Amino acid sequence: MSEVIKQHYIVDGTDFTRAGEASGKIKKTLKDIGFPPQAVRNTAIAVYEAEINLVIHAGGGEIDVEITPEYVKVVLTDHGPGIENVELAMQEGYSTAPDRIRALGFGAGMGLPNIKKYSDEMDIQTELGVGTVMTLKINA
Amino acid sequence: MKVSEIMKVLEAELIYGEEFLDRDVISACGSDMMSDVLAYVKEQAVLLTGLVNPQVVRTAEMMDMKCIVFVRGKKPDESMIELAKENGIPLLRTKREMFTSCGILYENGLRGGGHPYNG
Ligand SMILES: Nc1ncnc2c1ncn2[C@@H]1O[C@H](COP(=O)(O)OP(=O)(O)OP(=O)(O)O)[C@@H](O)[C@H]1O
Ligand SMILES: [Mg+2]
Repeated sequence: MSEVIKQHYIVDGTDFTRAGEASGKIKKTLKDIGFPPQAVRNTAIAVYEAEINLVIHAGGGEIDVEITPEYVKVVLTDHGPGIENVELAMQEGYSTAPDRIRALGFGAGMGLPNIKKYSDEMDIQTELGVGTVMTLKINA
Repeated sequence: MKVSEIMKVLEAELIYGEEFLDRDVISACGSDMMSDVLAYVKEQAVLLTGLVNPQVVRTAEMMDMKCIVFVRGKKPDESMIELAKENGIPLLRTKREMFTSCGILYENGLRGGGHPYNG
């Protein structure tokens, strides 16, 4: 496994039931190429939380993946409302999700803290009314 | 504890996964909030939940969980069963409520694991 694998996914912002499909495929790819199991799981959890956020907060978006023998890098891009206060959003329990989302099992305000915990590097670039780009890196 | 034993003590119905009844489970998590489930990795865990939508199965898949138990008689739909098949995750369903289900599994030796306050 020496070459770099690149993948691109489009995440539908209108279909909650399909949220997580991209994360599932990314997980499968990592597993198939023999990426270390713990790094596979950490990546799966972090990307899944981020993919759910794309759907419930941003009306969908795109995911770009780059896998090398040393690391996996994931960039999630959306053209949603942006995040007003990233520091606040990163706090456990902070959520703007409406009851409708909570009834679906999300909106505990744990997603961003979880993403931070499971990734080795996490960066958020966001602008109100323009969108958000989140970059994650998980080492093998 | 094997999946078959969980089935027995919870008087649960097997919805899918005959071939996984022998699978060992060593920890458990009960929640209807998926991000709370995702917060702490537990080894070889069973997920108990009263929530029914495909994200329950996806959460279990991302966490490498070994089994899902739907409490309070909640019934997963076809799309969830399909997803469970794709990922090899057995599905059980019990009429018992969350508290009682967790209590019974605890009594039978399962522990929380993963979370710092679970000892
Ligand atoms: N891509 C995004 N676009 C706009 N706002 C976002 C985005 N991601 C997160 N947020 C904001 O940050 C808050 C915190 O996000 P986080 O993922 O931690 O919690 P949540 O999604 O509300 O609940 P949970 O992840 O526990 O289901 C969200 O409630 C939302 O206000
Ligand atoms: Mg979230």
